[in-house]
Amino acid sequence: MPARLNSAATLARFALVEARRSGLPWLAVAALAAAIALAGFLSQLALTESLSLQVSVVAALLRAGAVFVIASHVAASTLREANDKGIELALSMPLSRSAYYLGRLAGFAALGAALAAVFSLPLLLWCAPYAVLCWGVSLAAETVLMAAAALFFSSALAQLAPALAASVGLYLLGRAIGAIQAIASGPLAADSAAQQAVRRSLDAVALLVPRLDLATRSEWLLYAAPGAGDWLRGVAPLVVYAALLAAAGLFDFHRRNL
Amino acid sequence: MTRDHRAIAEIPWPVWIALALCLVLQFAWRATGPAPSAEDLPSAPRGGMLRLASFGEPAAAARLAMLYVQAFDLHANNSLAYRRLDYARLVAWLGAILDADPRSEYPLFAAARVYAEVPDEGRARLALEFIYEEFSKDPNRRWPWLTHAALLARHRLKDLPLALRYASAIEQRTTSDAVPLWARQMKIFILEDMNELEAAKILLGGLLAAGRIADPAERRFLQGRLDQLERRLRGGKEK
Repeated sequence: MPARLNSAATLARFALVEARRSGLPWLAVAALAAAIALAGFLSQLALTESLSLQVSVVAALLRAGAVFVIASHVAASTLREANDKGIELALSMPLSRSAYYLGRLAGFAALGAALAAVFSLPLLLWCAPYAVLCWGVSLAAETVLMAAAALFFSSALAQLAPALAASVGLYLLGRAIGAIQAIASGPLAADSAAQQAVRRSLDAVALLVPRLDLATRSEWLLYAAPGAGDWLRGVAPLVVYAALLAAAGLFDFHRRNL
Repeated sequence: MTRDHRAIAEIPWPVWIALALCLVLQFAWRATGPAPSAEDLPSAPRGGMLRLASFGEPAAAARLAMLYVQAFDLHANNSLAYRRLDYARLVAWLGAILDADPRSEYPLFAAARVYAEVPDEGRARLALEFIYEEFSKDPNRRWPWLTHAALLARHRLKDLPLALRYASAIEQRTTSDAVPLWARQMKIFILEDMNELEAAKILLGGLLAAGRIADPAERRFLQGRLDQLERRLRGGKEK
């Protein structure tokens, strides 16, 4: 057991080293600078709530940036590893498929958490540390989920564009599903049989999608830090969904003939 | 030149020309494109659509939407543009933005301090009614905008019954201890024989004392408006 853990830890470390050498830190710095510069410019145009505008725009851009950076890095790295026959090489050594998959996932998850920590730091300029901590840990959970999603899709689809499209699609659906359900069951929606069928289908889709709109909310930074219950309701489902994606990825990886 | 790149001189001249030409074309296209005018404000998004389009970031989307709406009328302090705006659409936009983030004060601030101050009675009344309707949904948070609406009704529209309706609404519907006494007693304020500048100064002083104006941009804007009002009234007296 410790040997397996050691192998997984080594793979995780390799994933982090690869990220450091791939120019990802520079990409993170560029995203930080762009978000702060754009928010600073926009806040100059505001007649009121200029600080709120700055915080909400920086938070929204950094959240999207962290997710995009981690998803694209994981997808590109996984496919490069597959194309270079790195998987075959790794599995020719005394290393189980589970240790390989989970080791890489742990590395990507650690990278996501580090990215979330770096992206949370500038928010301390405007917001209370506790609110930033709530937001930052939630962002870390979100990046871990996206790392698991990108690893799963790139491993299963074996092509960069479909893997990225599936990861980003899942993410956007997760962020919009609450609003879509609200519109479908709102007072403006007709009460016909077709509408009811649409509503039920949406409810079914919603069962398969994480509610990302409840996590990493900029309201926590703007108005008040969340209560423990509210925060857990947003973040705990992300951890559960990340575990589901990891299990699904492991299932697919074990099933595949290499 | 690095290991992965050839020297710049290796690039064929037609590629240079094509790149330069496309760049010039792009700049020319963008520079000559029409800027949005006040009449071009599109219809507001229907219920929930702005929230959907925000992809879980309603606070940022609401504030960016305010900047978008503002861009249709705020060119070079041109108050004429406000008068060309379709106020029915404008009010629908402000309502949609407030629905996306009900805790944002920006739409009500803009309605009270910008759109209701336009020298067009019909349009000003639309903006004032919007403030009144939205006040009813959250009186304890939104009272400052209705106090300003009451002053505008009294001094700009010279509509005393409307001003008293707004003042009574503040008195009757606010329940929080955080609402200052002067706001609850707006009626006295409205009925007293004071000019607009005096009333505006008392209102602004009261809001500052209540800690309601913390944003530096808002302070600058309100101070500018107060100076403008002072100049306008002084100019009127001199005539």
